[in-house]
Amino acid sequence: MPSTREIRRRIVSVKKTAQITSAMEKVAQAKMARAQQAALAGRPYAELMNRVLGEVVSHAGDFDHPFMKARSGENRALILVTTDKGMCGSINSNLLRKVTDEFVTDHTRMIAAGRKGAQHASRVGWDLAAEFPYSDTPVFSEARAIARMAVELFENAEVDHVDIAFTNFVNTITQKPEVQTLLPITEIKGVQAGVEGEEMATELLGGTAEFLFEPSAGGVLGALLPHYINFQVHQILLEAKASEFSSKMVAMKNATDNANDLIKDLTLEFNKMRQAAITNELLEITTAQMALGN
Amino acid sequence: MADTLKLEIVTPESKIYSEDVEMVTLPGSEGEAGIYPNHVPLMTQVQAGEIVVNRGGTEEVVAIGEGFAEITGEHVAILTDNAANSADIDEAAAEEAKAKAEQRLEEGGDVSEEDAKALTQAILYSQAQIKAKRRKRG
Repeated sequence: MPSTREIRRRIVSVKKTAQITSAMEKVAQAKMARAQQAALAGRPYAELMNRVLGEVVSHAGDFDHPFMKARSGENRALILVTTDKGMCGSINSNLLRKVTDEFVTDHTRMIAAGRKGAQHASRVGWDLAAEFPYSDTPVFSEARAIARMAVELFENAEVDHVDIAFTNFVNTITQKPEVQTLLPITEIKGVQAGVEGEEMATELLGGTAEFLFEPSAGGVLGALLPHYINFQVHQILLEAKASEFSSKMVAMKNATDNANDLIKDLTLEFNKMRQAAITNELLEITTAQMALGN
Repeated sequence: MADTLKLEIVTPESKIYSEDVEMVTLPGSEGEAGIYPNHVPLMTQVQAGEIVVNRGGTEEVVAIGEGFAEITGEHVAILTDNAANSADIDEAAAEEAKAKAEQRLEEGGDVSEEDAKALTQAILYSQAQIKAKRRKRG
């Protein structure tokens, strides 16, 4: 049976834990909002890119670009977007499980974005080609570095297929692990900006005005495709960050609730014990008095 | 007939410029191009460099990285990775980035052709930033 002092000490320590987790919850909430905002800030860019792509695609005719050629080889690269830190619920393990079950073969090279993915890769012996850091509010140059690496592998024919695995932000409570194909580009779709399901028009616009192209429609498209990939990676990083922080928010909220429950239980026990001690003491006094009175 | 152009400069991170302007000079793929209202519709690649904007009789300079421009009679939309308004440019940082890129280019060796192209663009962008800043001051 622990003494009252021990229980009091535990209450103090659990209170401190609750304070920390609730602070972390608020930080995660703020960071999630920031990631969402950053994703929305890319919307004008996405709209313009869709317009340019639309014009170019409708004018380029039979266009052939190395990025668009499907190859039959089985060497693949997988960009694994995970978090750097833990304490964010199960999103990393969910993603890694999905990837392990469905995608990893002996011919898969890993490009890790985020430390957790890299750690897992080296633990289970995956072929880790590179590891990239990305910050809490991902900037475009970080996405560009990752995309460059993937494109280089593809261009040098070291891999024939590039996928990207990340946690899709469905809403604050739900995040879903997902894998998308980055290369080859089988179909040029409109890009999308913003993390949540609120749809923006993603169809390619175009064919309205007769544009001149400098140097040529094909040339512009060829130069545009790398930017198209960069932007996709950038949006995916933002999405992954929003997922990370919303998952962290929920995990920290649960931790805070648990700590508060624990404090309630401990306080109850503490009071019971204190009461028992007082009763005991009273008993002793009365017995002593009765003994004296006799 | 429109006598102004709507100039928009967007990057993946933000929309950094959106104003009605009288004339835009931009570094196109085939050299500098001055765009007035009612220009023929044109899609062009742009090089890293500076965009000179005439707005309400004054000249403004925006440094941009490489990208694309969509030009119609009424508007010019520029899609680029990097862009900086002259007021926001950190000259020291630009100098440093330029020096670093130049050094890597000179060392040569294991720099691939792709990298060399990217480095050249980085140098041009830094140069444009520095120039834009100095012009603003001078």
